[in-house]
Parts: sequence; C-alpha cells; structure tokens
Amino acid sequence: MALLEVENLEVYYGVINALKGISFKVNEGEIVTLIGANGAGKTTTMQSVVGLLSSKSGNITFDGHDISKLPCDKIVKLGMTQVPEGRHIFQELTVYENLLLGGFLLKDQKIIKEDINMIYERFPRLYERKNQIGGTLSGGEQQMLAIGRALMSKPKLLMLDEPSMGLSPLLVDEVFDIIKTINNEGTTILLVEQNAGKSLAISDRAYVLENGRITLSGTGKELMSSEEVKKAYLGG
Amino acid sequence: MEIITTIINGLSIGGIYAMIALGYTMVYGIAKMLNFAHGDIIMVGGYTIYVTMNLTGHPLIAIAVAVVFCVILGVTIEKVAYKPLRGASPLAVLITAIGVSYLLQSLAQIVFGSAPKMVRIADMGSLKIGSLKIQVYTLVTLVCTIIVMICLTLFVKLTKTGRAMLATSEDKAATQLMGISVNRIITITFAIGSALAALAGLFYLLKAPSISNTFGSMPGIKAFTAAVIGGIGSIPGAMLGGFLLGIVECISYKIPIIAPYTDAIEFLILIVILLVKPTGILGKRRREKV
Ligand SMILES: Nc1ncnc2c1ncn2[C@@H]1O[C@H](COP(=O)(O)OP(=O)(O)O)[C@@H](O)[C@H]1O
Ligand SMILES: [Mg+2]
Repeated sequence: MALLEVENLEVYYGVINALKGISFKVNEGEIVTLIGANGAGKTTTMQSVVGLLSSKSGNITFDGHDISKLPCDKIVKLGMTQVPEGRHIFQELTVYENLLLGGFLLKDQKIIKEDINMIYERFPRLYERKNQIGGTLSGGEQQMLAIGRALMSKPKLLMLDEPSMGLSPLLVDEVFDIIKTINNEGTTILLVEQNAGKSLAISDRAYVLENGRITLSGTGKELMSSEEVKKAYLGG
Repeated sequence: MEIITTIINGLSIGGIYAMIALGYTMVYGIAKMLNFAHGDIIMVGGYTIYVTMNLTGHPLIAIAVAVVFCVILGVTIEKVAYKPLRGASPLAVLITAIGVSYLLQSLAQIVFGSAPKMVRIADMGSLKIGSLKIQVYTLVTLVCTIIVMICLTLFVKLTKTGRAMLATSEDKAATQLMGISVNRIITITFAIGSALAALAGLFYLLKAPSISNTFGSMPGIKAFTAAVIGGIGSIPGAMLGGFLLGIVECISYKIPIIAPYTDAIEFLILIVILLVKPTGILGKRRREKV
C-alpha cells in the first residue's frame, strides 16, 4: 500500500475550480514530484493534503489513515509535514525557537536537544545564527531553517512546496542535494516545483499538473525525455 | 513629595490597566479579534468576589473562586460565541462580542439589581514614610501586578505553550504545520486573559469598593486605549501603555484646571500617538520577505 494516496481530489475557491479531481500516490521511500506552471494548482494540492485547506472533496489516505477530514495539526501528528511555499518561518522568533517549535510534538527534552544539534550539523549556517531572529535571515538561510524546522518532527513524509523559489542557482543546487540526502536517510518526499529539470533528475516518479488536472505521469527519467515536458517545462 | 505619591498611585492604577490590556492584546494577537466583552469579565469577577466574600469572609478564597469562575466563563464564551465565527468577517465577530458584553451586563443587572453593592475586602490602611503618605492597597496592587506581568512574560518566552502562542499570533498556518492545535492555543489565551481580568476586578475593588453592572466598562475602555497606545498585539506594549496611561491619569487629576478633562486627555494621547505611529509605540508592521 502507498504511504500517501490521493483519489479524486477536487477543490473550489468560490467558483474557481482549482483542482478538477486529481489522483496520485507516493510510495514509501520515494521522491515524487508534481511539476506544473504557475497557477496549475500545486499549492492547492499541497495544502489540501496536509489539511490546511478543508473545503475539498475526494479521498486522502496517509499511512493507513483516512485524513480527508482531519485538521492540519492532527495530520501532522500522524507523521507528515510540509515546508510551505514562501517558507513561512516565524520572523519574530529566533532560529533556535523556530527549531524548538518544529519539535513541538516531541516530549523528551534530551531528544529535542540532540535533534537540534543534528540540524545544526547539517546546516552550520543555522548554528552560527541560532540567536538571530528569523526575519533577519537571507532567503537561502530561511529555506534551510524551514527545512530544518520541518525535519524536527521526524516526518515519514516531507512535503516541500517550491523550495527552490527565489534562490540563487548555487543555493538551488544545494537545496536539491539536501532533499536527495534526506530521502536517502529514509524520509519519503513529495515535492512541488516549477524547476522541472532539477526536480525530475532527483525524482523516482513525477506527475504533470496543468490547470487542475494531471496530464502526464511516469518515472523522473521518462518525463525528462518526454517531448511534451521538454517543450513546456524544460525550455525546448 | 506629593509627586512621588502621585507617581506611585499612577503606577498602581497603570498596573491594573496593564493587566486588562494584556487580555485585549493577547486575544487580538492570537485570535485576531477585538474582545469587546473583556471589560465585563472584570465585572463578573467583581460580583464573584462580592458573593464569595459575603459567603465565606475570606479574601483569598474569594479571589481564587473569582479567577476560576472568570476562566470558565471566558473559555465558554469563546467556545459558544466566537469559535463558530472563525473565518467570518471581523465585523460579525465584533458585533457578537458587543452582544456578549450587553448580555453579561443585563444578566448581572437581573441577578444583582441596578443599585451598586459595597464590597469590603480588606482595610489595609496607609503608610507614612517621612512626609510621604501612601495607601497600602496601592503598593499591594503595584507589587502584585508587576509579579503577574513578570510571570506572564516568562511563561510566554520560556514555555512550549507560550512559544506556541507567539507562533500562532504570527502565522497560523505555519503553527499548525508544527502539529499545534490553534484552537487549543486560543482557548488558553482566553483563559489567561480572563484570569487577569478577575485579578483586575479585585484590585479595582480595593481602590473603590463599590460594584454595579457597568463596573468593567470604564476600566475596559481605558485598558483597551492602553493596549492600542502600546501597540495592539504586543505584550510589552500593553504593559507600557497601561503604566503610561495610569501615570498620565494620576498627574492630570492633581492639576486643578485639567483634572475634569482627564479622560479626554487620555484619549487625546491615544489619537496623537496613532497619528505619529499608527501601530502604537511597540507595535510592528510585519516584514515580508520572499
Ligand atoms: N485563496 C484563493 N482564492 C481564490 N483563488 C485561488 C486561491 N488560491 C489559489 N487560487 C487559484 O487557484 C489556482 C491554483 O492556485 P495554486 O494552487 O496556488 O497554484 P500553483 O501553486 O500551482 O501556482 C490558481 O488559478 C489560483 O489563482
Ligand atoms: Mg504555488
């Protein structure tokens, strides 16, 4: 059974039909990417799955639980979390406090400490800035903090909504390396990206989302060599 | 010497304003609503003290009962009246809160009548230091409110729940992604605000031992003014605004020509500060970073 299974997900914003019944799944251990242009419905999909959007129809199961009707905090407790579009770190709290909040569900103080140290090892920049407030970090540092904060809850499934957005090419490469590493260490990944080339390269499987519909799916390699994808998303 | 007494009195009444202002500001910051009925919780606290004092004669029991009763009331109001309106227009929520305020005042009038009741809690007398004469209750009030504010500040800064409150006031979606139930945080916020309102009712009664169903209205409006002056949503702002307003009030009362206009002067300060800094003294515009 898949770790995450989405069936016939449909979302309306008033009269706008943002998702027109999409189905996809993510198996344990995979990196799965949804690629799509601006406005295709990627963020809507991510927010629906994690329960931030409640007016939706369709079936969503995660790790054997029906999560279609659960609120976000209950879904997160089941072991999934998200690095949201625009990162949404707590601007007025320090790097350290942001990480503590990421570990909100953990009970054991010792484990929280160890986990924060592990995050600092992975992202030395965060250690250097641990007492700086979030709002004063650069875009790249904010992205690292958002990823670190999400990892604190030790999710089975980590979802990332356009993690490369607004970053310099060098940092984009770094972010994709980090995602690949996190996946190698055992975390399943659902990624949403406009940067199709880099994301398909690290993906086991991928789906193409167009105007609220899934129009193509396949392995990362298959989609990279697909004529349609090349034309629409890889610049020829 | 007179000025020192005036300032101590000002800090004491300011401490009460600050406690009430904290309720407004925390609820505003976290639930993003103006809890118009907050002042009436003070009134309910006052009547609870009146009733338990008559039944038991013990100030400490009266205070404890008032705090517990106000917390239950505040949390219940939130669940019954405000929670169903989550996501509704701010105007609908405000009108509901005004309705709750009138409901509480009318209920109090039905139960206790409209004639003010006398509440004698404790006669503490006054203190003479040289030529300085200070009422003991002002000192008690000042010390207690400062202790409460220090505890609240430490709670918000150092505990998990406090941190979750700060997170909620900044970004609800991100807070939920941490696995935090925003509804639970809102409940806790109303509980803390109501407990502070009950204590404010106590200190008010020490100062002026008479209560009617509009007992909470003026302190409520003054404290709201203090919260806005300090920067609504900001906890240190509510404290600063409260003390500032209290000192201005007491100084103004001491100057014969302006004494009758004291309330007007306080609201004028609000207007001037909002003209100079629309977010209040410590209020912040959120920086957006892409
Ligand atoms: N809160 C909203 N209200 C109305 N329409 C929205 C809202 N959020 C998104 N949309 C619309 O839904 C569609 C999908 O948006 P979104 O999921 O953000 O796309 P993507 O993340 O792929 O860029 C777009 O047409 C967008 O304009
Ligand atoms: Mg998006």
